[in-house]
Amino acid sequence: MTVDQQPATEAPAAYLERYGQMLLIRLFETEMQRLFLKGEVHGTTHLCAGQEAVPVGVCSALEPDDYLAGTYRGHGHALAKGTDPDALLAEMLGRATGVCGGRAGSMNVIDVEHGLVGCFGIVGGSIAAATGAALSAKGQRRVAVAMFGDGATNQGYFHECLNFAKVLALPAVYVCENNFYGEFTPMLKVTAGGDIASRAAAYGIPARTVDGNDLWAVREAALEAVERARQGDGPTLLECQTYRHHGHSKADPAKYRPPEEVEQWLARDPLNVAKARFADLGISEQELSETEEAVKARMERAVQAALAAPYPDPAEDHPTEFAS
Amino acid sequence: MSDQLEFRVAIREAIIEEMERDDSVVFFGEDIAAEQGGVFAVTPGVQEKFDPTRVFDTPISELAITGAAFGAAVTGLRPIIEIMFGDFMGLSMDSLVNQSAKYWYLSNEQRSVPMVVRSAVGGGGRFGAIHSQTHATWFQGVPGLKIVFPSSPAEAKGLLKASIRDENPVIFLEHKRLYSVKGPAPAPDSVIPLGRANVARPGRDLTIVSVGKGVPDALGAAEQLAEQDGIEAEVIDLRTLRPLDLDTVLESVARTNRLLAVEEGPATGGWASGLLGRVAEQGLHDLDDTWLLTTGELPIPYSPTLEDAFIPDADAIASAVRERAGVVATR
Repeated sequence: MTVDQQPATEAPAAYLERYGQMLLIRLFETEMQRLFLKGEVHGTTHLCAGQEAVPVGVCSALEPDDYLAGTYRGHGHALAKGTDPDALLAEMLGRATGVCGGRAGSMNVIDVEHGLVGCFGIVGGSIAAATGAALSAKGQRRVAVAMFGDGATNQGYFHECLNFAKVLALPAVYVCENNFYGEFTPMLKVTAGGDIASRAAAYGIPARTVDGNDLWAVREAALEAVERARQGDGPTLLECQTYRHHGHSKADPAKYRPPEEVEQWLARDPLNVAKARFADLGISEQELSETEEAVKARMERAVQAALAAPYPDPAEDHPTEFAS
Repeated sequence: MSDQLEFRVAIREAIIEEMERDDSVVFFGEDIAAEQGGVFAVTPGVQEKFDPTRVFDTPISELAITGAAFGAAVTGLRPIIEIMFGDFMGLSMDSLVNQSAKYWYLSNEQRSVPMVVRSAVGGGGRFGAIHSQTHATWFQGVPGLKIVFPSSPAEAKGLLKASIRDENPVIFLEHKRLYSVKGPAPAPDSVIPLGRANVARPGRDLTIVSVGKGVPDALGAAEQLAEQDGIEAEVIDLRTLRPLDLDTVLESVARTNRLLAVEEGPATGGWASGLLGRVAEQGLHDLDDTWLLTTGELPIPYSPTLEDAFIPDADAIASAVRERAGVVATR
C-alpha cells in the first residue's frame, strides 16, 4: 500500500502521534511485566503487547465523548481512550492515586471522564455494556464501541447483543481483537465456522476482516464503522486479526504456541509495521526519535509517580454501599 | 370504587408518572410494549403515551436486556426493564452481580447505576418449578443491590416510584398472586423511601415479619388469631430485603418478645433465617421464642394439591402461631 491509498484524513504528524500512543501502550506493558515480577502488581494481569494497533486505530476514529467498553486485557483500551498513564499505572499498583483509587485493579478499570465505560473481567461483558451505552448514545449523537477477544464470540452476550443492536439500529461498533487464542486454547479449535466476521451476516450486520497489526487499516475500517453508526445506520462488526506477544495472563508462559507462528507474528509487530511507512509519509528519523524519547520519558514519570504514591489507608477509606 | 387501585395498575401508574416526570427514564423488555402489555397485562397502553425510543419490546434475550440496561444506566439513561419471570434472572446474574452491583464501588464512586429490574415472582399460579421461584435471596448477599418486594397496590406504587428515582440498581419483585388484588389508592405523588420497614399491624403478643404476598397472608392470620384466639400479632412488612431494616424488627421484638418470619422459599439460605440470625445476634435478650415458616427444601411442585400444601398461606401462618405460641392464647 502506498501513501496515496491511505485515508488522507490526517497530517503525518497525527500518525506520529498515533505511533507514540502505541509505543506508550507497549512500554506500559513492559513496565507491568517488570513491576509484576518485583511484586508491585498484585494478583494477575493480562498484557496486550502486540495488539496495540487495534485500540489506537479504533480510538483514532472516535470523538472524546464517544463510549468504549474494554476487556480485562484492557490497559491499551484505557490508554488509547485517554486515561492518564499515571492514574492507570497507580491503579495497577493498588495505589490511592489510581484511576479507581485502587479499588478496581488491572481487570476492572473504569474512567467515566474519558468515556471508558469500563473494562470487564468476565469474557463478553464489554459487549453488553457497549450495547447499553449505545442506547444512551443514540439520543446523544454519540457512538459506543465494544472491544472483545475471539473467545467472547462464543458467549451468549455476543449473539444476543448483535441481534439486539441490529433490531434497534443502535450506534454500536463491535471490535473483535482476534488474537487466535482464547486463554490457552487455539481459536480454531473451539470456534465453529473458522472466522469471526462472517458471523455478522446472520444478523444482517456489515462486517470486515482487518489486519489488526496495521494501524492504518484499523483506523480506516473504524472510520467507516463509526460513520455508519453516527448516521443512524446501525452496528458494524470488525474482526481485527492480531497476536499477543505474551501468554494469556501472568500464569501462562504460552508454550502451546508453535515457535514459527510466534516468529511470524513478531515479524509483523504493529510498531514496526507503522514505522515502515514513516519514510513515505515524510517523517524523519529525528522526528521519530524525538517522539520515542518523549514517550519513554512520559512512561518513566508514570512509573516514578506510581511507586511514590501511597496505598489507600483502610482507616481513611469510607466507601458507601449506595449512591444517594 | 374509584379509590380502589389494582396492583398491576399501580405498577403501570408508577411507570407512567415517573416517565412523565423524567425524560431519561426508559422502559423495555419482552412484550411490554405489545398491546396486551406483558404476560400479566401490567403495562398495556404505556407505549402509546411515549416516544417509541423510550418504551420498546426487545428480543427474548435476558443477557442483552440486562446488560444493555446496565450500559445505558452508566451513560445517562434510567432504565426500567422487565425480566418476565423472576426465574429468568439466572440469565441476568452476570450483569447484575458482576457489573451493576459493583460499579459504584469499583469506579471509586465516579458513576452510579440507576436502573430497576422488575419481575413477576412467586408460586400459586400452577406455573411449575421454573416459573414460580422468588429470586430475592439469590441476590440478597450482593452489596450494591437494593431488593424491593411490595405487599399491596399502594405500597407497590410508592416503592416503584422510589426505585425509579433511586441512583442504584434495584431488583423489584411483583408477586403474581397480588396482580389482581385491589386496595386503597395512595395519595398522589406518594413515594415510599427504600430501606424502611412498615409496621402493617400493631400488636403486643408476637411479631410476624414477611414481605410481598407474605404480608397480606400475615395480616389475614393476625385477624384470625385476634378473633379466634385473642392473640394480638404485630405484622412487619420489611418492604426491602436489602437494605434490611433490622432496627424496626428489633424495636418490635423488644415489645413482643416473640418473632415469626414467614418466607415463600426454603429455610436454608433464605432471608428469613438470615433475619433471625441478626435478631439473635443483636436482640437475644429480648427474645423468648423465634421460629420460621418456610417452604420445604424442594422445587415448587405443579399439581394444585401439592403446590397449595407447599406454600405458606394465612391459615398456615395462623396454625403455626397456635401450635408454637399457644401458651399466650387466652381463648
